[in-house]
Amino acid sequence: MDLNLLKRHGRDEWHISPRGKMRVPGVIYATESLIHDMDEKVYEQVTNVATLPGIVQASYAMPDAHWGYGFPIGGVAAFDPDLGGVVSAGGVGFDISCGVRLLRTGLTVEDLPAVKELLAEALFHRIPAGVGSTGLVHLDKHEMDAMLAGGAKWAVGKGYGLHEDLEFIEEHGCMAGAKPENVSDHAKKRQQDEMGTLGSGNHYLEVQQVVKVFETDVGAVFGVREGDLVVSIHCGSRGLGHQIGTEFLKSMVTSAARHHIELPDRELACAPINSEVGQEYLGAMRAGINCALANRQIVTHLVRDVFADILPQATLSLLYDVSHNTCKVEEHRIDGTPTRLFVHRKGATRAFGPGHPDIPPALRAVGQPVLIGGTMGTASYVLVGTEESMALAFGSACHGAGRSMSRHQALRQWHGREVVKDLAGRGILIRSPSMRGVAEEAPGAYKDVSEVVDAADDAKLAKKIARLEPLVCVKG
Amino acid sequence: MQSPSSEMVHDNSWEHFPHEADIGVRGIGMTKEAAFEQTGLALTAVITEPTSVAPTQTVSITCEAPDDELLLVDWLNALVYEMATRKMLFSRFTVRFNDHSLNATAWGEAIEVARHQPAVEVKGATYTQLSVKRDEQGHWIAQCVVDV
Repeated sequence: MDLNLLKRHGRDEWHISPRGKMRVPGVIYATESLIHDMDEKVYEQVTNVATLPGIVQASYAMPDAHWGYGFPIGGVAAFDPDLGGVVSAGGVGFDISCGVRLLRTGLTVEDLPAVKELLAEALFHRIPAGVGSTGLVHLDKHEMDAMLAGGAKWAVGKGYGLHEDLEFIEEHGCMAGAKPENVSDHAKKRQQDEMGTLGSGNHYLEVQQVVKVFETDVGAVFGVREGDLVVSIHCGSRGLGHQIGTEFLKSMVTSAARHHIELPDRELACAPINSEVGQEYLGAMRAGINCALANRQIVTHLVRDVFADILPQATLSLLYDVSHNTCKVEEHRIDGTPTRLFVHRKGATRAFGPGHPDIPPALRAVGQPVLIGGTMGTASYVLVGTEESMALAFGSACHGAGRSMSRHQALRQWHGREVVKDLAGRGILIRSPSMRGVAEEAPGAYKDVSEVVDAADDAKLAKKIARLEPLVCVKG
Repeated sequence: MQSPSSEMVHDNSWEHFPHEADIGVRGIGMTKEAAFEQTGLALTAVITEPTSVAPTQTVSITCEAPDDELLLVDWLNALVYEMATRKMLFSRFTVRFNDHSLNATAWGEAIEVARHQPAVEVKGATYTQLSVKRDEQGHWIAQCVVDV
């Protein structure tokens, strides 16, 4: 991105002054080097979002921002319903509530070598992953609606996981306001065999080691110490979320003119919050969030089963579960006044600071855990929300490394088997049904996650707490 | 990635074009129907090598949209839906238009993970870089980015 397009405010904050139809400025949080490597499309998409009705404060991009659909991936924007604000299906994206959860195991890295291969094989064979895979849970119409209304709470009620897990999931594991009746039969059909599946692409299940704890006080509250073995799960709302996104994108594109909304890009498809389409979407999207929460809960149950067989001394407890692609109603201060806003995070993590009432009591004093997924060959990070983050971008931070190379380029550069072999040489076991998929997800195809996390830390969006490195990775 | 025939400009062909996070599918044809059919192959090629998919079962698809571009998105999304719910892959397509509606047949087979090595599932077709138009040589070009 051309730095001349931006005005620098401090080391990691860059502003785009309102011009043309922009209602608010654009703000990008990133280092100069990340900005330099950012696609020009991010600039275009940040400015396009700033033109949408009812947007408040600014259109934000996180340090991992890259070219998305309508919104940049790594985009954050909030809308005030009383100012004609909109909800955007494009601003949430196809994989509704795609997210990451982190489980402590109570084990250390010394416990792994003797069973590492066995554990990798068992996780690969017992957690459905990849194209065409089906889950062990098949839902009839009644159960589907119950799942869509209840999320992870429904899953726990069915025996998938522990009641105490719910406290450590955003929304306590159940997104209020979900309307299963707003979810089409097509979307439900796409989901009926997909509960408890990882999916494909950048989704993964990893056994990781905590290699560094940067803030031992917060690390102690989070229950992570150097040498600990942890498990990360990254997946979303599967076919149901994709279908909801597809259908509402179309209905919002075709209804935009009726709502007198001028779309600079059809992918920004949106509808007034206080409109029939807007309300229908919110009900369906919240059901999609519950689907993702239930899905990660079932996958967690399967992981616990595998550990119980292979490392029975393990106790898998949930540190936290974050969602990346959402629109949520939150209260934030606008010009000093508490205001109810519809906050869109597209490829961005909620990062509420210390004391926020939505953080579980056990963690509230330090802030919300922010889980940043890396690649299968690099690292993931645990961060914590800061007091400053609430004022910077509605309590939001980055979500991952972000690709630096297209799948096409990655395929030309790497062969899956070589990637698997190279990583095995570094002590990382990769299990995947598709070697082509592994090549497309090669670690070198992503930005440097450490640089992204350092930028988020430096900008005070979230504070770096721990670095995790993969030991076993199951890719879809 | 492109179809074996893509360098023969007089022929129907498909290709992928880059998007930072995802992938673009492009169908090129002597007719609009052919260009849409080629996008079907380009879509399959995101997932697996189209020549590895035996065209043994048929699925009928109809969609309707107010313009050609929205129809292309609907067509690709209909294929995504059929692939997801039937656990199938497709390698042959016929497309016919009737005003703003599309009637198609897709031929394919059930996914066999070991043989097809499916790289990634497509979540949906997007409006990004979406266009359906004729170039100066009269070829129809239909394209958009798909989210994976």
